[in-house]
Amino acid sequence: MLMIKNGRVIDPKNQIDQVQDLYIIDGKIVAHDQVDSQIEITSTLDATGKVVTPGFIDLSAHVREPGQTQKGTIASETAAAVAAGITMLVTPPTTSPVVDTAAVAELIIDRSEANGLAKILPTGALTRGLEGQQLAPMHALHRSGCIAFSNAREPVPSALVMLRCLEYAATHDFLVIFKPQDPELTGKGCMHDDTTCTRLGLAGIPETAETVELARCLLLVEQTGVRAHFGQLSCDRSVRMIMDARKRGLNVTADVAVHHLFLTDENVDGFDSQFHVIPPLRSQLDRAGLRHALVTDGIQAICSDHQPHDPAAKQAPFAATEPGISSLETLLPLGLMLVTQQLITLPQLIDKLTASPAAILGLNSGSLSHGAAADICIFDPDLEWQLNNETCTSAGKNTPFMGSNLIGRVTHTLVDGKLVYQL
Amino acid sequence: MFATKDPNRIQLNREGHLKHFITIEGLSRDTLTEILDTADSFVDMSAQQVKKVPLLRGKTVVNLFFEASTRTLSTFELAAKRLSADVLNLNISTSSTSKGETLKDTLQTLEAMHSDMFVVRHSDSGAAHFIAEHVTPNVAVINAGDGRHAHPTQAMLDMMTIRRHKGDFAPLVVTIVGDILHSRVARSQIHALRTLGVAEIRVVAPITLLPRHIEMLGVKVFTHMEAGLKDADVVIMLRLQKERMQSALLPSEAEFYKLYGLTNEKLKHAHPDVVVMHPGPINRGVEIESAVADGPRSLILDQVTNGIAVRMAVMSMSMSGQMAEKNFKAEV
Amino acid sequence: MVTGTLNVDTLLDKMASELNTLLTHRQIDNPLVIGIRTGGIWIAERLHNALELDSPIGTLDISFYRDDFSQIGLNPKVQASQLPCPTEGRDIILVDDVIMSGRTIRAAMNELFDYGRPASVTLVTLLDLQRRELPIQADVYGGTLTLGPNQQIKLTGPEPLSLDIRQKD
Repeated sequence: MLMIKNGRVIDPKNQIDQVQDLYIIDGKIVAHDQVDSQIEITSTLDATGKVVTPGFIDLSAHVREPGQTQKGTIASETAAAVAAGITMLVTPPTTSPVVDTAAVAELIIDRSEANGLAKILPTGALTRGLEGQQLAPMHALHRSGCIAFSNAREPVPSALVMLRCLEYAATHDFLVIFKPQDPELTGKGCMHDDTTCTRLGLAGIPETAETVELARCLLLVEQTGVRAHFGQLSCDRSVRMIMDARKRGLNVTADVAVHHLFLTDENVDGFDSQFHVIPPLRSQLDRAGLRHALVTDGIQAICSDHQPHDPAAKQAPFAATEPGISSLETLLPLGLMLVTQQLITLPQLIDKLTASPAAILGLNSGSLSHGAAADICIFDPDLEWQLNNETCTSAGKNTPFMGSNLIGRVTHTLVDGKLVYQL
Repeated sequence: MFATKDPNRIQLNREGHLKHFITIEGLSRDTLTEILDTADSFVDMSAQQVKKVPLLRGKTVVNLFFEASTRTLSTFELAAKRLSADVLNLNISTSSTSKGETLKDTLQTLEAMHSDMFVVRHSDSGAAHFIAEHVTPNVAVINAGDGRHAHPTQAMLDMMTIRRHKGDFAPLVVTIVGDILHSRVARSQIHALRTLGVAEIRVVAPITLLPRHIEMLGVKVFTHMEAGLKDADVVIMLRLQKERMQSALLPSEAEFYKLYGLTNEKLKHAHPDVVVMHPGPINRGVEIESAVADGPRSLILDQVTNGIAVRMAVMSMSMSGQMAEKNFKAEV
Repeated sequence: MVTGTLNVDTLLDKMASELNTLLTHRQIDNPLVIGIRTGGIWIAERLHNALELDSPIGTLDISFYRDDFSQIGLNPKVQASQLPCPTEGRDIILVDDVIMSGRTIRAAMNELFDYGRPASVTLVTLLDLQRRELPIQADVYGGTLTLGPNQQIKLTGPEPLSLDIRQKD
């Protein structure tokens, strides 16, 4: 039996927030605080002064395999994930080939199991090839392990096709994940369409590129009753629409990428490609609205939206660079900043990283309940460290936080009771 | 969250003198005035028999044009030659990058040529910044136009033209008309006019051709030409590209000309001493009536002459700034 | 330490007389006087009157021909050089107020030769500060002067012309 001793255990699903011990046998949590003294403790982890939580569930992380292994692999990115306290990654279907056949889904799951680090829950394509024309074989994909279905940011031009996809998903009670983006309104835009964009002379993406598509999706969700989740929203207007929908009784949820809670379009000044992301960093008002939505239930979860890149992808004039931030390893420190800034409490943060994503996905995970898999994150909330080439485990070093001093770092991560990461 | 750093400071050396010329933003009124004064002395010189000065003798200037342009390329070439520099013209639009070689790789290949100055025109906003950040030290970068972001030499020759005809900038009302959304010239002109302290800057365009929140750059926005022209001292017409009709931005050239084309009739709304400018090449009957373009108020040909002088000025100032920086480093 | 006087008019008389002798000796009867901005122009005008010459004076601004461009940068207050007639085949009298290192004169000659090939160049300066860095000498000069390390000399004018020795700032 493994004992995790004396840590501040925060388990939002079970409403636990106190210093206590945890006991693990055969990869499962068996008890908190008290245990049958007959059973031998084979090893102890001292978590004094640290926080012990369920392993984080990241609702959007690109691992780049299969197809773009120059940017990252299942091996490298699941290693980065556990270094960041993340034990489950939901990956998009946008690999090459696309996750629209059982074979690709199985490949991803087999590789991640072979590595034995973070678990991967692949999202299957909503339409074949993500082309927005024909239904993907959702049932077969689900049987192969796909946790949800999405057309990612690829367009589904026909509302009728979208309707059919949602009806089909609803038939089997599958979760559909939307990343709303109108292709024509987005055009060749590469940043939020506002003053900074005007000054820099870059092509802009208006907020309607997100809200118009979001509105269309919400109405179709309402018509079909499908379980729906909206990923990585960037506008204040979007989260207000989610809140209205939830008030009307719609079963919809939303998440935000953690960097959208801190950065704005003004950061792009000087054409810094480290701030080139899709969806774009928007205005201060949008940032305020997203932060506000964390406490008013407009946003239920926080994710990393991890997108590792090779160095060349960011070394060109802004519009010619590839969008995305390598963000697994800043998820916790940035999340803790929300707590230091007194926007949310630590248990609320942990909820948005664990219990809430699990509920969205319909999984019996994200908690430290008795009998649950021992996917555990132990972190030191006060540890100061610097993100640099040595400390960054991901293959992608593309983050504006490279070289920044951060507070809060994972010291141990367990997956199924096995210690897979130690600082 | 991050330390605020003026990204345009890359243009200035330790002593605050020009070492790259990338954008008007971030340059002081003194620097802009120095450019204008220097350009004035080169114009006077151009009227002489001997048009050459040895300021860049022994230096190699490479014209890196990723976007085709005969006019701008030839004025830069002429300016460099009048400074006695050796000039190399690379029209990259037809060579490697179309084959997929990245900008960074192109730069590394060029580095081997040991040039002293790159004059760059590129279709991506921020390309000149990128090149200045990645080029070997002590190579000056002059922006000949990057995407929609900036065309600082054009703005300065426009300022020079205005100054030579109107004298003081302070009382002037300047109206810029046309496709502001896609115009790097307009953006640079707005920054220059603002820094040089004109009384009022106006832009006139249909909403489809106005950038979002352009008023935040310090301009008054008009969607109707007559109101925008009222009492204006200087009118700058921008070129309208044919593609705009294809992208659902404008219904037709005829409608644009009717509403926004500059005619003698519309000019009656302006100040009696109004002058008319255009960065060229002009589209007769689309932005501007021939009678106006060729008329007594038009400064279009002056702009062309002043273009060579302004480019000589920024090239010599930047080269001087780079050399001073090099000497400073050698001393330390 | 100075040989002779610092009175400009006295020096000019001496220079005019010596120049006349030299021109006669060289059989130059239609010289073109060119002054180097700014002090050289005032001296050139005085000599021009003294010699009762017909052809108008030319002015040279050597800012673009300086060899210290990289150290001190470009001077934006440059005014154009003005030559009233072609220099090709002419006998030039090049006039400056002071010759010190010789670099200004070298720049002036470079510029002159860009305009055309003169038949000859005669150099006239008011003062020789005797701190050459190049092998260039005046054919006619008013007087010599050795300045202390912290001193500099300035010709003020145009009326009256006088020489001031000052401390360097």
